[in-house]
Amino acid sequence: MNKLKVFSVLCLMSAAAYAGGYRVSTQSNKQLAMGHTGVAVVNSADILFFNPAGLVHLENKLNVSVGGFGVFSDVNYQNENTGAFAETDSPVGTPFYAYISYALSDSFAVGLGIYTPYGSNVTWPTDWEGSHLVNEIELQAIFIQPTLSYQIFENVSLGVGAMIAIGGVDFNRNASRSLTDEQGNRSNVSISDSGVIGYGWNAGILFTPNENLSIGFNYRSLIDIESEDGEATFSNFPNSPLVPANGTQGFKATLPLPAEATLGVSYKLDKWLFAFDYNRAFWSEYENLDIDFEIANDSENPRNYKDASAYRFGVQYLATDALTLRGGFYFDESPVQSGFFAPETPRNDSVGYTAGLSYAFSPQFSIDASFLYLRFKEITESYDFARDTADSPFNSFRGTYKSRALIPGIGVTYKM
Amino acid sequence: MKKNIKYIALFAAAAVFVSCENEFDQSVENGDFFDAGQADFTKFVSVGNSLTSGFADGALYLEGQENSFPNIMAQQFEFVGGGEFNQPLVNDNLGGLLLNGTQITPNRFVLAGEEVLIDNELVALPTVPIVLNGTPTTEITNKFTGPLNNFGVPLARVFHLVAPGYGSIAGVPAGTANPFFARFSSSDTATVIDDAAAANGTFFTLWIGNNDILAYATSGGIGVDNNQTGQTSPAMQGDNSITNNNTFAGVYASLVAKMTANGAKGALINIPDVTSIPFFTTVPFAPFAPNNPTFAPRIPALNAFYAQLNQAFTAFGFPERSVTFSTTAASPAVIRDETLTDITPQLTVALTPQFGPLAGFVAQQFGQIRPATANDLLTLTSSRVLGQVNQTRLAQLIGAGLPPETAGLLSFNGLTFALQDQFTLTPDEQSRIASAQASYNATIAGLAQANGLAFVDARSVLQGVAQGGVPYNGGLLTSVFARGGAFSLDGVHPTPRGYAFTANTIIQAINAKYGSTIPGVDIGQYKSVQPSNGLPQ
Repeated sequence: MNKLKVFSVLCLMSAAAYAGGYRVSTQSNKQLAMGHTGVAVVNSADILFFNPAGLVHLENKLNVSVGGFGVFSDVNYQNENTGAFAETDSPVGTPFYAYISYALSDSFAVGLGIYTPYGSNVTWPTDWEGSHLVNEIELQAIFIQPTLSYQIFENVSLGVGAMIAIGGVDFNRNASRSLTDEQGNRSNVSISDSGVIGYGWNAGILFTPNENLSIGFNYRSLIDIESEDGEATFSNFPNSPLVPANGTQGFKATLPLPAEATLGVSYKLDKWLFAFDYNRAFWSEYENLDIDFEIANDSENPRNYKDASAYRFGVQYLATDALTLRGGFYFDESPVQSGFFAPETPRNDSVGYTAGLSYAFSPQFSIDASFLYLRFKEITESYDFARDTADSPFNSFRGTYKSRALIPGIGVTYKM
Repeated sequence: MKKNIKYIALFAAAAVFVSCENEFDQSVENGDFFDAGQADFTKFVSVGNSLTSGFADGALYLEGQENSFPNIMAQQFEFVGGGEFNQPLVNDNLGGLLLNGTQITPNRFVLAGEEVLIDNELVALPTVPIVLNGTPTTEITNKFTGPLNNFGVPLARVFHLVAPGYGSIAGVPAGTANPFFARFSSSDTATVIDDAAAANGTFFTLWIGNNDILAYATSGGIGVDNNQTGQTSPAMQGDNSITNNNTFAGVYASLVAKMTANGAKGALINIPDVTSIPFFTTVPFAPFAPNNPTFAPRIPALNAFYAQLNQAFTAFGFPERSVTFSTTAASPAVIRDETLTDITPQLTVALTPQFGPLAGFVAQQFGQIRPATANDLLTLTSSRVLGQVNQTRLAQLIGAGLPPETAGLLSFNGLTFALQDQFTLTPDEQSRIASAQASYNATIAGLAQANGLAFVDARSVLQGVAQGGVPYNGGLLTSVFARGGAFSLDGVHPTPRGYAFTANTIIQAINAKYGSTIPGVDIGQYKSVQPSNGLPQ
C-alpha cells in the first residue's frame, strides 16, 4: 500500500475462489451413481477418497480406478424489476480421478489417489449486469493423496492419508458498476495464480459388525490455499490519479478449502446394496475473502459462509453377471447465506439425482458410467456488500437465479 | 445382452430428458412480467433538444448518446414490444464536431485529479473539469443516413424545431443552422419536427423548451426577454433570449399536433427549474474565503480602496452597495446589476480627488455595482474568472493612463471589476425566467391533458434531486457539481446516471398514464462523471 486512492475501486474483489458452492462431488463414477455415498461402501479403489480405512477391505491385491466427468452447468439470471437478464456460457468442467491401491498383506494396504474435489468454471457475458462481481472465474484444485490402511481389529479398520493440494485461479471482474476509461471500456481487474500448494490430512474408520453391514466415518482437514505469487492485471482504467493505474502488480489472498466430516452406513441384501452418508462441511471458516494488492487499495469481501450438510442416498443392484446398476439422490445444503449470494458461486440448496452402471468385460476389467442431474430451485437472492468506491455505501446485486448442472462421467476399473 | 442394452437405453433416455432448457418459471426474456398497457411501443420516436440527444459534459459524444434517456427507455420498451432505436451517433468519445475539417464545437469535459500530501499521506483528489484532449473525427458534412428514432438536437429552442433551414450545412458558418441537426437533416430545408413526424412513430416523447429560458439563464441574462418586448414571431426571438410565452404555446401545440397526427401516444416533459442545476448552484454568492492564499493578501488594499467609495455610496443614499472584504468570513462577489440606478456621475465627483481627470473612467466601473446576496446566482463559468485579473479591463485602465499597480488593483474580477451580466443571474432575471417557465409548463401540462398524453413533471422530480437528493441502490443522487452523480461537468446536462434517472421518471409517468408495466433501470449501473487527466499523447 503506497497510495491511498480516493476512488478505491478495488474495494471488492469478489471472488470466489474455492467457494462453497464449488466443492464438486465427482470423485468416483461408481459412487456418484449412488448419490456420491461411499464412506461405508467397499466397491473399488475409489474408497481411497471416501474412507481410507476401507482400502484394506478390497478383495484384490491391486486395484486401479480412473475416470473423469464433463460438468455442463448453466446459470440463468434475471431481475424482474429492471428486466436485466443473463445466461452463463461456461466452459465444460472436467474433474477427474485416479486411484491405485495395493495390499501389502491381509491387514495392511497402501494407495495413492489423484482427484479434483474443488473447481469452478463460470463465464458470464462480459460487462453483464453483475460484472462488478464477476465476469469469469476458473479455478481448480488437484489433490494428491498417499494413503495407508490398516485392519486393526477383525471388525475395525483405520486409514489415514496426506493431502497435497495444488490450486490455481483465474478470475476477472469489472472494477465497479460503472467505471470506464475515456473510451467507455469498462475498467477491469484480473487475478491469476497457479501452482499454489497447500497441505492437509484425512483419516477414516470403518466398522463392519457383520458381512452385510458397514459403518464408516471420515474426516478431511482444512487446507488454506495461500496465494502469494499471483499476478493482478488492471485494464481499461482512465488516466487519473483518482483510480488505480493500468498494469500488473502482485496480490496476496488466502482461500480456505474447508474441513469436512462424513458418517455413513451401507447394508447389503442379496443383489442389493443400500448406502447412506451424512456429510458436514465446515464452511464457516470462509468469513472473508481479502485480497491484498501490492499497490492498489486492498479488497475486502465478506463471505460469511455457514457450515453445511449433505444427505446422500444410494442403491446398487447386480442386474446380471456383467451389469451392475446404480441410482441415488442427495440433498446438498448451500453454505451461502442470504444477502451473500454472489454470482461467482450461484449455488443455493440443490438436489442431485444420480444413475449409472458398470459393465464388466472380464472379472478384471469393467467400465463405469454415471450421470448426475443437479437441480437448483429457482431463488431470488442478493449480494449486499459491494461498493463502487471506498467511500460509497454498499450496493445490492439482486436477482433470481436458476441453475442446474448435468454431469456425465465415465471411468474404468481394473483389479487383479 | 439384450437386457443390458435395455438398461443402457433407459439410462441414456433419462440423460436426454434432463438435458432440456434451464428456464425460469416466469421469464423476463420471454416478456412474462411486463405489459404495454394501452400504448403501442413498436416504434419509438424521441424529439427535443440536447437532453434528448444525450449531450453531456459540454459535448455530444458516443457514450453520452448511448446513455441518452430515449435510448435507455427504448431498451426497456423491448420488453413490451419495442423495436430497434437508431440514433445519429457521432464517431468518437471526444465529442467535438468538424466542419470541413475545422473543429467547430469543443470536446467534452473530464474530471482531472491530483495527488496532494495530507497528514504525510498522498491522497488523490479531484480538481477541475478539463477539456479532453484529442482530435475529433465527426465531420458534419458526412451526413448521417438511415432510419432514425432520436431527433434530439442540442441547442434547439421550441421555434427551431419548426424552422426550415435549421439543418442546412451551408447555414452553419453563418449561424442560421445547427451543426448537430445539419448532420442528419433529411434536406437543407427540412424541419426537425417534420423529419421526426415522418419517422411515423407509434410512441413519442417531446422535451423542448429548456433552452427557451436556459439560453438566457446560462448567458447570465444578456439577451432580451421577449415577454417584455412583446415579440411573438418565432423567427425573431433572437439568441440568448427568453422565448415569448405565446410563441412557445403556439409552436408547442403545432409540434404535438404533428407528432400525434398518426394517432401516436406519447409523453410530454416539462421544464425544470434553473435552480435545480449545478450551473447555478455551485458557485456561492460569497466565493472569497479569507484563507484563500491569493485573495487574503489583497484584502487590506481592497478595503482601503473601497473605503472612499463606500462613503460615497452612503452619502448618495445607497449604503447597501458598500463593499467590505472580511478577514474572518467569506466575502460576497462584487457584481454589476443593470437594474440599479447608475450613479457614475456622483462617483466621478467622489473619485476626483484621487484620480483627477481619470475619475470618470474609473467611476464607470462602479456605477451599477453591489455585493452579491444570497438571492443572486453566480454561474459555474464565473468560477474560472473570479479573483482573476481581467486583462481587457487592465489594458483599458493602463491605456487611459493609470499607473499599472492601481490598474491591477482595479481589474480583479468580482472584487474590483464587478462580475458582468453573463456571470450572474439577479433576482430580476430569475423572476423573468421563472415566469416564462411557469407559462411554458402550463402549456405543456395543458396539451398533455388535452391530447391524452402522459405528462412528466421533470420539474418536481429534479427539485427532489437538488433538495436533499434521491437515494438509489448504492448511493444518493444529488445535483452537487461533479460529486452528486446526476449532472455532468457542464453543470447543465445529466450524466448517464442522471439520464437513467430521467428515463425511469418518464417510464413511471408512461406506466401511470397507459397502464403499462415497463420496468425501470438500476441507475447505480450507470456512470457518473469521467475521471481523467487527459489522454496519453
